Amino acid sequence: MPGVQLQLRFLAHARSGDKGDSANVGLIALEPAYYPVLVKQVTRARVARHFKGMVTGVERYVLPNLNALNFLLHGALDGGGTLSLKTDAQGKVFSTALLRMEIEVPRALAARARKAAQ
Amino acid sequence: MSNSKVVRIAAGQGFWGDWLEAPVRQVKGGKIDYLMLDYLAEVTMSILQKQRSRDPAMGYARDFVSQMERILPAIAEHGIRVVSNAGGVNPRACAQAVRAAADRLGLGDRIRIGLVIGDDLMDRLDPLIAAGETFASMDTGRPLSDVRASVRSANAYLGMAPVVEALARGANIVITGRVTDTGLTLGPLVHEFGWSTGNWDLMAAGTIAGHIIECGAQSSGGNLLKDWRSVPRLEDVGFPLVEVKADGSFVVTKHPGTGGVVNVASVTEQLVYEMGNPTNYITPDCVADFTSIRLRPAGKNRVEVSGITGSPRTGMLKASIAWFYGYKAVGTLVYSWPDALDKAKAADRILRKRLKILGLEFEQVLTEFVGVDATHGRLGGTPSPELAEVMLRVGVRARDRAPVERFTREIAPLVLTGPPSVTGFAGGRPQVEEVVAYWPALLARETVESSVRVELV
Repeated sequence: MPGVQLQLRFLAHARSGDKGDSANVGLIALEPAYYPVLVKQVTRARVARHFKGMVTGVERYVLPNLNALNFLLHGALDGGGTLSLKTDAQGKVFSTALLRMEIEVPRALAARARKAAQ
Repeated sequence: MSNSKVVRIAAGQGFWGDWLEAPVRQVKGGKIDYLMLDYLAEVTMSILQKQRSRDPAMGYARDFVSQMERILPAIAEHGIRVVSNAGGVNPRACAQAVRAAADRLGLGDRIRIGLVIGDDLMDRLDPLIAAGETFASMDTGRPLSDVRASVRSANAYLGMAPVVEALARGANIVITGRVTDTGLTLGPLVHEFGWSTGNWDLMAAGTIAGHIIECGAQSSGGNLLKDWRSVPRLEDVGFPLVEVKADGSFVVTKHPGTGGVVNVASVTEQLVYEMGNPTNYITPDCVADFTSIRLRPAGKNRVEVSGITGSPRTGMLKASIAWFYGYKAVGTLVYSWPDALDKAKAADRILRKRLKILGLEFEQVLTEFVGVDATHGRLGGTPSPELAEVMLRVGVRARDRAPVERFTREIAPLVLTGPPSVTGFAGGRPQVEEVVAYWPALLARETVESSVRVELV
């Protein structure tokens, strides 16, 4: 059965912060049922492609106990800390940039997630 | 009997500059045993160092003293203890200021201040380097001798041990320098429950309790993305507190009747904040495993946390070293519809050409168009040509002050010599800021701990 493309904002919430010149994004499933889809589709490679040109490397960690994934986005902060000239020098809203990413999900799940967001 | 004991630790500040009303609300809004106030971040230490270099009596979070003045009577009356790293780079001066405040209020004999010193490595750098310590940067591997002359402050992150000692000696206010945020919460728990400091699961549980409350309201509804519209009454937000049991399990909650929300989502967002490898969260006191945490709703605005495991602490402590790097400045102008983005882009091109003609050299010139690409870069997509306005934001950084200073004089002229429909320059020239960079390094634990002392003031 073909799926449909859905933005992560309908499936997850997120918070980010800084670690030197790296930003972290904790991605948390809005419903436990969405978590396996995130684990399968929001891979390290896929996130690296999403942020291509904006980061120098990506690491991914799984936290099944929190229905969460943690991403470390290296080189994301243009020097980071006090050196960075960026508005978001501490990566506070990198989280929402990840929520723009689209993944393929079953049609029924997409319908449910969109409805829950209304 | 002792198994039913609950220790309540409330967070009153998540950083230096947090809501001034929070500490007094935590003390008066319900029953607590400890008030934990975290003031320090890397950037804070270098600001405090700058203040101390101008006035040897400064160098601590002065907000703390005025806040203590407001709550000292209630603390004395209810037997609440306070643990804070407000001491910054001058904990002794901070303790003396609080002592003076207590004496002024006639509470002198009821306040015992425990002062923790020994985290400050500034006077020990040269002897330690001479003895072979390189302070190799954890980022680049370079030895600290490369930038030694530029070092502004150097502090080791201490764990909970000196906090426990101060409490055991009867302090009801503990004032420290660079004790870790989490050590400020773990310390009271070790003191109250007599936890063995080699029980790594308990050390991890107290550490994670500290992590959940160390950023203040960020775990009780502030900055919460999930269902953010439905977070009630943030104007009256209740800061978080933990109710901890002897087995290390705890409930995260807030005082009754306050705004905000404590739920699984609010606690989870805080747990993943600034996270690296979740199975390897290293503090001076243990290595905590965030994949062991179990969260369970336990009533309205109550989340139970249990199951936490940890592993032995490492033999090293981290040092946070601040060194003078150079200068930066950021200038902004606002361009309006029609063609707001095109006008801002044209202004940026003109500005860059003028900087070049002037022969100014920068390490970096960064342009952002706020409203278009400042936070999400190219992911923000193509903006509507009907955008009402765009803010041009240009930042520069250089090792020398002169080019940065000259840059600050090139923004306002664009108003009369550049593209049309420009405003938003009433704030005057951009300010030249000093850039203080960070040099993280690891030190043998004994090197630091042999110099840590607790005094009663």
